[in-house]
Amino acid sequence: MINYASREINCKIVYYGPGLGGKTTNLEHVYEKVSPSTRGKLISLATETERTLFFDFLPVDLGQIRGFRTRFHLYTVPGQVYYNASRKLILRGVDGVVFVADSQADRAEANVEAMQNLYDNLAEHGYDLTRLPFVVQYNKRDLPDAAPLDELEAALNPGWEVTDPERMRPADNPFRPGEPLVEQLPTGEWWERAPAFEAVASGGAGVFDTLKAVSKLVVRAIG
Amino acid sequence: MPPGAARWTFTEHDARAVTASLQQLLRESHARCALLVDRAGQLVVTVGEAPAHAGFDATAFASLTAADYAANDQLARLLGERDFATLFHQGERESMFLADVARRVILVVLFDTRTTLGLVRLKLRAAVDELTAHFEAMFAPDDAGLPAFLADAASAPTARAVPAAPEAPLLAGAEDEIDRLFA
Repeated sequence: MINYASREINCKIVYYGPGLGGKTTNLEHVYEKVSPSTRGKLISLATETERTLFFDFLPVDLGQIRGFRTRFHLYTVPGQVYYNASRKLILRGVDGVVFVADSQADRAEANVEAMQNLYDNLAEHGYDLTRLPFVVQYNKRDLPDAAPLDELEAALNPGWEVTDPERMRPADNPFRPGEPLVEQLPTGEWWERAPAFEAVASGGAGVFDTLKAVSKLVVRAIG
Repeated sequence: MPPGAARWTFTEHDARAVTASLQQLLRESHARCALLVDRAGQLVVTVGEAPAHAGFDATAFASLTAADYAANDQLARLLGERDFATLFHQGERESMFLADVARRVILVVLFDTRTTLGLVRLKLRAAVDELTAHFEAMFAPDDAGLPAFLADAASAPTARAVPAAPEAPLLAGAEDEIDRLFA
């Protein structure tokens, strides 16, 4: 929402993904590392066993941009399918999405289910994931049973056909120079993928790369 | 407005109209503070005396209000109701009353022992009607199918106090700030 009266722009970024994939850990790392003067309280609505029940919430203040106080509101959703009703509610008014995948081979099915669930829940709000600022994070890359990156990309980020004529031109991944984000296939179709990042959120690796990417995409979408 | 997102703007013109309704509500009900929160959890406007509790965090309050309301909306549906139009939370000293406005924003009224639930509820009705009319007009599609707030912003920037289209994008320079903040 752009509030011209209070000169504020608030952007809502939602971390989505399977249970125990590291969504809350991403927010906790941001909370620990960002200066206390630029972030608010980390609010967690969790069960006794620290599983997210409703959401985690962390506001981060970007400061004044062209006279507007600009803030990112970071949310996580519960990873467990049991809490799908509350997952859906958190997506309301979303400006950008981070999908936190669990790289462990035995979580492949849970990842795919959560990605499908993200598409479905966004569609219920009338949003199209392929037209929203969207970034994928492959977390837990340090674990011995982590699946190869190309396997994860094929399953979770195969891309989508570009239908908007204005977007039918080659575009490099701004976060990985030399790698295409939008390209024309030999068959003539234009194809786009979401930017993807490797991470070990428990140690902080990749957390800020992911957040920087999605927040830049959100800022570009606002204009 | 980028496709895929549900973005909206709140202008100074809107703030004036809404603030006048909320001030009247506070005067007549003797409540201490009224807030409008959008359904995505962002604070739109606050009128009156902020809660006395030290370190009141309005941002967290707005986020939790939207979540509270959204959860209760779903509870209503499980009971076969379209929604619960109002919610009431009673504390020892501070209480809050929440009401839906045009299914776009939530009106939160905070009050203490200087007034009663009955009076707040009574006076709230007129305020909700006024606010509903205002927000419905804001979001009503024009001839081109655009919500009024977008059409007005494009065609008559001064009338609604929307700044004329800036030469640079609204958030030019933001990417440098993102690099600095998340270094």
